[in-house]
Amino acid sequence: MAKQNVSGLAWAKPFLHILCLLPFTYIVWAALSESLGTDPVKALILLTGEWSIRLLIFTLAITPLRQWLNMPKLLRYRRMLGLYAWFYVNLHFLVVLTYLFAWDWRIAQEELLERPYIVVGFLAWLFMLPLGVTSNNKAVRALGRNWKKIHKLIYLIATLAWVHVFWQVRSSYFDAVLYGALILLLFYPRLKKVYETR
Amino acid sequence: QSVVAKADNPFYTDEKVASFNDASTYNNFYEFGTDKSDPARYADALTTDPWSVSVEGEVTKPGKYPLEDIMKLMSLEERIYRLRCVEAWSMVIPWVGFPLADLLKMFEPNSNARYVEFTTLVRRDEMRGQRSAFSTIDWPYKEGLRIDEAMHPLAFMSVGMYGKVLPNQNGAPIRLVVPWKYGFKSIKSIVNIRFTSRKPQTSWEGIAPNEYGFYANVNPEVDHPRWTQRYERRLPGSLLRPNRIETQMFNGYGDQVASLYKGMNLRRNY
Repeated sequence: MAKQNVSGLAWAKPFLHILCLLPFTYIVWAALSESLGTDPVKALILLTGEWSIRLLIFTLAITPLRQWLNMPKLLRYRRMLGLYAWFYVNLHFLVVLTYLFAWDWRIAQEELLERPYIVVGFLAWLFMLPLGVTSNNKAVRALGRNWKKIHKLIYLIATLAWVHVFWQVRSSYFDAVLYGALILLLFYPRLKKVYETR
Repeated sequence: QSVVAKADNPFYTDEKVASFNDASTYNNFYEFGTDKSDPARYADALTTDPWSVSVEGEVTKPGKYPLEDIMKLMSLEERIYRLRCVEAWSMVIPWVGFPLADLLKMFEPNSNARYVEFTTLVRRDEMRGQRSAFSTIDWPYKEGLRIDEAMHPLAFMSVGMYGKVLPNQNGAPIRLVVPWKYGFKSIKSIVNIRFTSRKPQTSWEGIAPNEYGFYANVNPEVDHPRWTQRYERRLPGSLLRPNRIETQMFNGYGDQVASLYKGMNLRRNY
């Protein structure tokens, strides 16, 4: 395992870029060709939301996968996945602002006051902001140790994102259970570490 | 469509009717899955013939009525109604069927009959959503109306739409249409009608009483914990024209039905 093929990694990044942009490409194509179905607004909100939490889960998976698969180089892709998660979260946020709140501050305020699942989703978006803007080499260097501390917010964000999904369960628990199980699985090695170092 | 729209006739509306394709591919019918496209995809598995409706409770003529016997006695008409889903979207749909009152009177409800409960078919081998381990619904799906609501001329029993036989995903072979209430009241594929003296418990009320009340009248003033009910998306929409419109009290049927709820606190009895 020590002899990793360096040329093999050369294509990995562009390949991952393409993979991460596939949902976006589909969304743009479907929106332009009017094939988002009868209720395109709902479809757009769901698609952007689903890809946000999925990419968040992929990002969280990198650290434990490095260990489990003994592939330390996976770390190079963590920031990229995280930034794509941020990209989809921002899209989701924009779509909600545009189509559900119609950029009407009164409606947004009312929704935020009355609907806890929206508050939780909003907080997840908000907490991702500092992570997104500090995800460049300059910020990493400038922040030093604090960078790692700030980026621990990801655990809170993933939890909030899951609550946001779970709180909207209406007729089926499937997605909420699946995402919850994956997040727990990925939290497990970290929780274990925290517990053992006590 | 050959029906002439009349502005002051509540049985018709001159608003733009959704296409048959939209109305038959965008459905909530959790017996076939929770995705809007699941019913159109999987409802073909349902056998709708033979079909019969059991009638029980506070009636002089209980029994098991084959659908073809019912159809012989009913005369069909068309209604163009707004359908407002609690999820804050709506469609205009031309239904074919008969007034619910005509059907209920046939069974001769007695004076104890203060409510009517409706039940949807349970058939796990044909309704794949009923086999899901993740469903929040305890099958069968049940709905109910107060007897005066059920006897109201706007309450309708549908067996068709767009001049055709009802597609399975839209609740074949026989379903309820109550245009002034949220869509989930309009129960599909009915196999049982029970007349009771006590208010029956409906499925959604049982799952989340703080979200879904027994009455479920369309009301822009009473918000659902998930969705603001002040606005709705009239479907089909597009991203450039989201068709966001203001929701009307009783879905615009207030002149006809408001008197049913005189003196009632509609915030408490939501």
